[in-house]
Amino acid sequence: MSIRVAVTLARPDYVLDARFDAPPTGITAVFGPSGAGKSTLLRIIAGLEPGEGEIQVGQEQWLASGFCRPAHERPVGYVFQEASLFEHLSVAENLNYGYRRVPDAERIIDFDHVTEVLRLGELLQRRPATLSGGERQRVAIGRALLTSPKLLLMDEPLASLDLQHQREIMPFLENLCSDFGIPAIYVSHVPEEVAQLADQLVLIDKGKVTAAGPVNEILTRFDLPMAHDHDAGAVIDTTPGEFDSEFGLQDLVFAGGQFIVPGTQPATGGRRVRVLARDVSLALEKHTDTSILNILPAQITEISKEPNGQSLVKLDAGGSLLLARVTRRSTARMQLEPGKQVFAQIKTVALLN
Amino acid sequence: MLTDTDTTALIITLQLAAVTTVILLLLGTPLAWWLARTRSPVKPVIDAIIALPLVLPPTVLGFYLLLVLGPNGAIGGLMESIGARPLAFTFTGLVIGSVIYSLPFVVQPLQDAFAGIGRRPLEVAATLRAKPLDRFFSVVLPLARPGYLTAAVLGFAHTLGEFGVVLMIGGNIPGATKVLSIAIYDHVESLQYGQAHAVSAVLIVLSFALLLTVYALNRRFRVIRL
Repeated sequence: MSIRVAVTLARPDYVLDARFDAPPTGITAVFGPSGAGKSTLLRIIAGLEPGEGEIQVGQEQWLASGFCRPAHERPVGYVFQEASLFEHLSVAENLNYGYRRVPDAERIIDFDHVTEVLRLGELLQRRPATLSGGERQRVAIGRALLTSPKLLLMDEPLASLDLQHQREIMPFLENLCSDFGIPAIYVSHVPEEVAQLADQLVLIDKGKVTAAGPVNEILTRFDLPMAHDHDAGAVIDTTPGEFDSEFGLQDLVFAGGQFIVPGTQPATGGRRVRVLARDVSLALEKHTDTSILNILPAQITEISKEPNGQSLVKLDAGGSLLLARVTRRSTARMQLEPGKQVFAQIKTVALLN
Repeated sequence: MLTDTDTTALIITLQLAAVTTVILLLLGTPLAWWLARTRSPVKPVIDAIIALPLVLPPTVLGFYLLLVLGPNGAIGGLMESIGARPLAFTFTGLVIGSVIYSLPFVVQPLQDAFAGIGRRPLEVAATLRAKPLDRFFSVVLPLARPGYLTAAVLGFAHTLGEFGVVLMIGGNIPGATKVLSIAIYDHVESLQYGQAHAVSAVLIVLSFALLLTVYALNRRFRVIRL
């Protein structure tokens, strides 16, 4: 099964004409500036906006020429920007609203499992008006999950929350897809959210899809704007290696080598790290007389001229892509060019989860 | 105290107000729903027509209803030709008049309530698998409850106080179409001020109690919205 979207909708200020395919697992982030048509696209997928074209999820056709399955017959879980809880119902009744309307045979997700994972147990008897922003959004996510959806649609679920509540919700979002085995489409205009959550990335601008693919491929593509941002960087998924309790350092292993990051206790489970281009410097030999811990052998695959006398260098470290920003003078002096072997010295590795 | 005819008039008045309110809530719900959501260009026209009884002298409405419902009118004639009695000067005729007369007092609070709910709760319900009618009963109705209460009380209270329409198409038949407002008029005409006071007091107390309910339960309410 996979997800295929090819839809059009004429709007007064733009024409949405979006087509992309998404794999049936993980989080596909739809990223673009405000007003690019991201929410409209998500609403068409849910059946909340008319739209024309084709939507196929697995074996099911939701939209085709002359056919539009109504919203209440599409097995989606929709999380709106504002939690939009039913104010006249308790938390438990909100959670049950969709759960009860799904036939027994289609209920895959267990009520207790959801309340446990999202820590809703103590909220069940409360009224929505008495909940904090973070709690409301957790209830909204739980309510959507309890319909046992085949596709989870999330429209900037963090945008209406303050930073503290965003941090409260983030861990739940990261594990949602693996915990419940449901693919998700996640709309956002915040690069950090996308870097942290997305497995696939769909870029959208003025109603058109400009690129789609695995997140790190898109983040490091030179023909796309994200690689040229001030905060440009690569994300790499790692698994925990050895833990050095004497110095409080954790090894994180990936195909191209390993990162060493500070930690107070051994890491469990996969970790995603983000390496910003401006935190990577290049050397032709492996220095041992440096305080930098993270040095990876890599091959240059691409170089581009940037403003302010800088160059952007794309590196392949054992199949993982990295970006480095260096001065043009260094590029010339070191005779950097595609194909050349270098050592990437990484000042900081940001742990994303 | 109330005389027997006054008591009968009180009962007729309450019956009329109750029947009218029930019919108005049933009619007003789809009408208010449509008005709250439509983008149709005819919406202002319908809005204006519904608000018309707020500003017209009730006698204008009563006069035309008399023409239409009377034996020579379009509907009255039709009723007569199939052997039924014309509706003028009957309780049914009064109900029809009251429904039109009190329509804005029911439709406008409902329309406000529906508009206040917005689209979002319905969209949420749809993504949670609720079918359209299910959405209405499980989401719209509970959320619009204050609006329904206001609409019911105002429709009832406004019908209690109607005079002009009833005078024109009711015909003042004791036990059938004679309501309290007419009874007061009759008492004043025959200089029975004591009786007029008694009946008026009943209406004042009843109307005040009803309006107090509305305002106490719904503090932001405005009676007239044009």
